[in-house]
Amino acid sequence: MVNLTVNGRKITAEEGTTILHAARDNNIYIPTLCENEAVAPYGACRLCMVEIKTARGRERLVTSCIYQVEEGLTVKTDTERIQKIRKMLLELLLARCPDSEVIQEMAEKVGVTKTRFVKQKGNNKCILCANCARTCEEVVGVAAISLARRGVDREMTTPFNEDFSEVCIGCGSCAYSCPTGAITMEDRRGTRVIKWPHNRMEFKLKKCSVCGQYWAPEKQIEYIAKTSGTPLSDYDACPDCRE
Amino acid sequence: MVKLKSLGELESLRKSIIGKRDPKKAVITICNGTGCQAHGCKAVTAAFHEEVKKQNLAGKVEIKSIGCPGFCERGTLVVIKPRDIFYQRVRDKDVPEIIAETIGKGNVVNRLLFTDRKTDEKVTYEHEVPFYKRQMRLIIGNNGLIDPTSIDDYLAIGGYAALAKALKMTPEAIIEEIQISCLRGRGGGGFPTANKWESTRKAHGDTKYVIANADEGDPGAFMDRALVEGNPHSVLEGMIIGAYAIGSNHGYVYIRNEYPMAVRHVRAAIEQAEEYGILGENILGSGFDFAIRVSRGGGAFVCGESTALMASLEGKVGEPRAKYVHTSEQGLWGQPTNLNNVETWANVPLIINNGADWYRKIGTENSKGTKIFSLVGNITNTGLVEVPMGITLREIIYDIGGGIPNGRKFKAVQTGGPSGGVIPESLLDLPVDFDELDKVGSMMGSGGMIVMDDKTCMVNIANYFVTFLEGESCGKCVPCREGLQQMKHILTRITEGQGKKGDIELLEELSETLVDAALCALGRTAPNPVLSTIKYFRDEYEAHIKDKKCPAGVCNLEAVKVK
Repeated sequence: MVNLTVNGRKITAEEGTTILHAARDNNIYIPTLCENEAVAPYGACRLCMVEIKTARGRERLVTSCIYQVEEGLTVKTDTERIQKIRKMLLELLLARCPDSEVIQEMAEKVGVTKTRFVKQKGNNKCILCANCARTCEEVVGVAAISLARRGVDREMTTPFNEDFSEVCIGCGSCAYSCPTGAITMEDRRGTRVIKWPHNRMEFKLKKCSVCGQYWAPEKQIEYIAKTSGTPLSDYDACPDCRE
Repeated sequence: MVKLKSLGELESLRKSIIGKRDPKKAVITICNGTGCQAHGCKAVTAAFHEEVKKQNLAGKVEIKSIGCPGFCERGTLVVIKPRDIFYQRVRDKDVPEIIAETIGKGNVVNRLLFTDRKTDEKVTYEHEVPFYKRQMRLIIGNNGLIDPTSIDDYLAIGGYAALAKALKMTPEAIIEEIQISCLRGRGGGGFPTANKWESTRKAHGDTKYVIANADEGDPGAFMDRALVEGNPHSVLEGMIIGAYAIGSNHGYVYIRNEYPMAVRHVRAAIEQAEEYGILGENILGSGFDFAIRVSRGGGAFVCGESTALMASLEGKVGEPRAKYVHTSEQGLWGQPTNLNNVETWANVPLIINNGADWYRKIGTENSKGTKIFSLVGNITNTGLVEVPMGITLREIIYDIGGGIPNGRKFKAVQTGGPSGGVIPESLLDLPVDFDELDKVGSMMGSGGMIVMDDKTCMVNIANYFVTFLEGESCGKCVPCREGLQQMKHILTRITEGQGKKGDIELLEELSETLVDAALCALGRTAPNPVLSTIKYFRDEYEAHIKDKKCPAGVCNLEAVKVK
């Protein structure tokens, strides 16, 4: 176990834990948008920045979602300098995603209610944190969507920007991992609709042979059967009705 | 070619190459660097070959295409050795006269000599040209002596002697030598090279990599290009020595694909070194194996950043990652990796050959050796200059660069590339080294130096660099992607006469966030052009915002109103 101090409180954490997770385990709040336990650290939103002082006395700003705990580390999560960064980042994000309720709420929490910057047009809620693409690749193992282009032109999209991603199985992990509600998913009358910022896709859902409920996209079931090496007939019934 | 099996065989080969050359024979060297190609050096070179044949002088003279010696302003450059006669602005129509007069009769063609503007006198010899005289061309100077596609030429000037010396030393002794020399990274960061080598050497891992960063991308900078094009073996020699010291058997040269000649020359150099047994298995019979491969960049400026470069090398999208775990521990493919800029690598043979104590004598307390700068913009002598650290900006701009052309006045100099800062006239006596440039809000960077005259608008310049960086931001982190975009909006507004009270403060506030919060050095240093222009030329910003006037007469502040 590693001993460290966060905002004056002495806490312990397992080696290899990030500052963010150690703080979270001890009910110390550090804001973040792009952090997701299921995928590798990324450090894109920069909201989780904290001030640290190492045991050797080196002071610096780090992203707490990447930096790992160290013996004797002193962490401050809410200094004036940190607040300044968060305010500016949220003011920038308000300009990028004026319609995102999540961003508005977060901004309000730090006292930012309007932005001095040029607002982007259109109902854009995507902050380009890549949670969707990273989950799709690292967790699902599919990589049906990704970020394309560079810098201000960066966008989350399907291959070749088509309405159709050949390998997408419709699992909806992208919508689930999206922190700002930029990706939505809806199941209605045997069809699942996933809407990404620039494209949408529909998936046929499978009906349970016992209860008759639609329970998962057919493509997802085929994918699970294939990757687990089990016969497709194992999936005729939904998990609740399976023996 | 014979494979050399020992250090002794290398020395015998060197002796036989030198022995076959007649030191009295006339050699015509013609700059064939990229800059001189634009001046038409290919036609000049072809004309020399043709004319020598025509005048039946084939046995009496040798024609050598060399890399860029630096004086781009006066290309195509021709030097007749061994007399060292320097002809400038040579065109193909001048060639018959040069051959007939200089080679045939030994006369100097006066009209092709360089005229010193200060004294109005003609300068006959290359070493007397004021542009070169005030420099210390320890690295770039060799460009003028060799055909970059000939390993024999490199061996003839003492090439790979440092490698032979190093292979007789222990790896620890080599690192210590570099440590004593105080060599710092020439790519921009100025990190002590020996420390990097040492941590990569000590890091755990069976496979270790060394990389030469030749992804030069700063607007107006071309020193790395000239080095790789003009003397690729010097970079390779540094890499082999470094790899031996670090304990690495695999090297990469990561190079811009937009530098086709550099790619060609470095590939040819690797092939030749392999044929001689200077690269590959059991190098010169030492038991040390080292192979170098070339990887071409896809055109992203950010790939000059070490972690983005390594991602790109792995075939991934070139985006940086946080460096809390150093690349010396986990770099390319998760293995300990040592990355240095090409100019840093080229300094290594120099230090090993002459000793760290000799090297330490050049430069300032914390910045040793020389640095190559590309001197561009509103300057009389555009070109590459290599100077000892500690020289003043004034000496570079006026004594070497020849001052500002067209009778205009000096206004500022931008150092360090797009992420550097502008330096005003009041600081011209600043000694140029890593720390002094940092102190005034600029940086050494990789060595770009853009001189601006009084017809330059500083708000417009800041906007130019911010626009460049906005276009090159990878877009991964919020402050860089969104911040630079908004900075560009504000600066554009100001230059169009739509500036508002509070804009300067907002730019400063935004800059602070980028410096503190951006993921990589591109974002963290991106506000430098904005902050330094505000620091030294705040009145210009105010004139744009309050009086709707551009003091330099560059911005059209009425443009929007008319619309």
